[in-house]
Amino acid sequence: MKSLLEVDNLAVHFHTRNGLVKAVDGISFKVEAGETTAIIGESGSGKSVACYSLLGLIPKPPGKIESGSALFDGKDLLKLSERELRKVRGKGISIIFQDPMTSLNPFLKVGTQLIEPLQLHFGMGKKEAWAKATSVLEEVGIKNADKRMDSWPFEFSGGMRQRVVIAMALITEPKIIIADEPTTALDVTVQAQILKLLKDLQEKRQIGVLFISHDLSVVADIADDIVVMKDGKFVEQGSRDDIFERPQHDYTKKLLNAVPTAQKPPSESSAKPLLVVNHLCTQFSSNTPGEIIKAVQDVSFTIERNEVVGLVGESGSGKSTLGRSIMRLVRPHSGSVLFDGREMTEIEGKNLKDMRRRMQMIFQDPYASLNPRMSVYDTLAEPILLHKIANKKGLDKEVFRLMDSVGLARESVLRYPHEFSGGQRQRIAIGRAISTKPEFIVADEPVSALDVTIQAQILDLLLDLVSEFDLTMLFISHDLGVVRYLADRILVMNEGQLVESGTTDAVLNNPQQLYTQTLLQAIPGKSLVQNSQELS
Amino acid sequence: MWRFIGWRFAQSIPVILAVITITFFLVRLAPGGPFSSEKAVSPQVQAALEAQYNLDQSMPQQYISYLADLARGDFGPSFKFPGRSVNELIFSGLPITAELGFYAMLVAVFIGGLAGVIASLKPNTMQDYGPMGLAMVGICMPSFLLGPLLVLVFGIWLDWLPVSGWGSSSGDKILPSITLGAMYAGYIARLSRSGMLEVMSQDYLRTARAKGLPEYLVITKHALRGGLLPVITYLGPAFAGLLSGSFVVETVFQIPGLGRFYVQAAFNRDYTMILGTTTFLATLIIFFNLLSDVLAAWLNPRLRYQFKKKT
Repeated sequence: MKSLLEVDNLAVHFHTRNGLVKAVDGISFKVEAGETTAIIGESGSGKSVACYSLLGLIPKPPGKIESGSALFDGKDLLKLSERELRKVRGKGISIIFQDPMTSLNPFLKVGTQLIEPLQLHFGMGKKEAWAKATSVLEEVGIKNADKRMDSWPFEFSGGMRQRVVIAMALITEPKIIIADEPTTALDVTVQAQILKLLKDLQEKRQIGVLFISHDLSVVADIADDIVVMKDGKFVEQGSRDDIFERPQHDYTKKLLNAVPTAQKPPSESSAKPLLVVNHLCTQFSSNTPGEIIKAVQDVSFTIERNEVVGLVGESGSGKSTLGRSIMRLVRPHSGSVLFDGREMTEIEGKNLKDMRRRMQMIFQDPYASLNPRMSVYDTLAEPILLHKIANKKGLDKEVFRLMDSVGLARESVLRYPHEFSGGQRQRIAIGRAISTKPEFIVADEPVSALDVTIQAQILDLLLDLVSEFDLTMLFISHDLGVVRYLADRILVMNEGQLVESGTTDAVLNNPQQLYTQTLLQAIPGKSLVQNSQELS
Repeated sequence: MWRFIGWRFAQSIPVILAVITITFFLVRLAPGGPFSSEKAVSPQVQAALEAQYNLDQSMPQQYISYLADLARGDFGPSFKFPGRSVNELIFSGLPITAELGFYAMLVAVFIGGLAGVIASLKPNTMQDYGPMGLAMVGICMPSFLLGPLLVLVFGIWLDWLPVSGWGSSSGDKILPSITLGAMYAGYIARLSRSGMLEVMSQDYLRTARAKGLPEYLVITKHALRGGLLPVITYLGPAFAGLLSGSFVVETVFQIPGLGRFYVQAAFNRDYTMILGTTTFLATLIIFFNLLSDVLAAWLNPRLRYQFKKKT
């Protein structure tokens, strides 16, 4: 049988001021009806460019298609004129973009945006198109579809918006859908729903899906055929089983090994807890006057010395606010936080500064949390001087010692954050956090902005530091795989409340609460974990 | 929505009051008075004049009686135009200034908006540099220079258009409108260019293209609305600026508008006239700012939605 889409030796180069960038350099793949071809690779590997260039959706110039062919429907997409390509876009091939929050026009009603392709490609009247769009909206699982057609995009949640985007892609009954990281911006339970929806629709309509992702766990669950890319180059291609069980190429093996599937062996805990949180409540007043957002509601737990506790929950569950409340970066409304026997919620001034030395925080986004006008040296030296960890004379030595600990080259001491990659920046942020020799660290999603191989390095670094400096850590994450890798115990939060807590083993293998069970069900890559458990 | 407008109105009252108070005392602090001139006036006449216009009273007394008149909507009598009230003078000049301002606004919005959108479509090419360079010239060129230049070229050399007047010969409104609108056209061109450029890089335009929409629909249907929003917010202050800034153009082109009264009043120390026009213009500025805020909120569905929920 003939493939729906046959891409052969595609090369896309960008001619920029800083020279030639070979974004895509000789990539070939096929998409079959009713099957999913996944292109995986880390950020910057050219996987999105490869797919967008098929439809002429890359900026030209500086982008230029250098060679290759892409046969679709008997025509070579790369040779079509803009006018002919427009007839393929949205009709023969649709795209689902990564971030549903930005891919819908905020100034147009959802219905108006949905019917556009129908009016354009089939010349449908407004009424007819509206009726058809309503039925597709229903099909992707949006309730009260006729009413929702009249809503603005911001009236939808992220998951619902992605359903709208999917409906928009499906509405013309295309043969192929390009899904560019369609669930990366979503919570894990929503991700599971969206992936299932895509799978069902694909089977029903025999659509070929070209799935772009950096997430091996997701790909493991849905792909039939996998193409691995690195730096624009083709690495390896094979069936799902080939790639996951018999990877040929070193890079593929490295990617697979980087997925955290192992579980940390339980550690022994000491008698006296380091942190005792009792009935903690934190609330904010919302934009609507009189309305109060209860971000953290009556949360109690303890953390023992040298323990790593994972705090998991979906976005909006209050886990970050809980971390910040403990650090006193926001003031709790009621309840108590005892750190080493001292009440944290009331202390002020110098006492607070002393406590800040003993507890530090690592933030999620290493791009935003480092001051762009401070070099590595300044960033690391500031807390050292502030808390008098070392005097002026010993400062250089102390800064170098920190850089060694977090694996930064000493030569880069005078560089600024923008000169580093995401992983290196997070190393700087970690170095800053441990510069005051703290006992306790709150790490708020420290690896969620990083590529998977970098993520693995940072997690290992954190584990090393925990044992080297006898650290205690509260590790906040939405990714259960990451938490399993380094936590002794797990706390699960939902809508501001602690719903379950226990050892990592107990929570993951024998969850008591319904919410935890749903959360676990939703994790992608269950097949991966099973494989690795069989191996070990 | 209405609560928001009401609240903004309430906020503007102290601002206007402050404008009145400061102007009131400043003009009286300035040396000279409405009746001091080169020609010596006998002390009896001087005293009689001052008594008639309440100038013999103490400053606080004058201030309070002025406010009391103002509360009834009365700006008082003009000191320099005997027998005519400030209200009369303002409303005789206002229609002309408003008309001039309106045409200048049309020039600013259409020429400026168009130039900005055209420039944004091909950033960093000649299509961008050309209009933007012109916009820069429009911003930098003061109207007392641009006006005479236009007159020289179109009025004298080419002899296409009349060189002065307002409504007395056909086409005499064109040059003043362009002169007054040029600077604002420049600002609007820059605003719409940056607004459009920001929108053009948004993901939802990529979505629109991925649907197969032709480029002109991508721009008119998906990009313009968001891209021109900053311009809308600027329109209010711009219109107020046009009205209050028109005096140079009115002087250059001999137009009997509000601006000329304003300048004359300042030279003549016509206390009530200065106060009256200042208060009137301040109120206009505040009103147009409020208007453009409301308009911008109305164009942004998210803000509109919040207003609806609240009221």
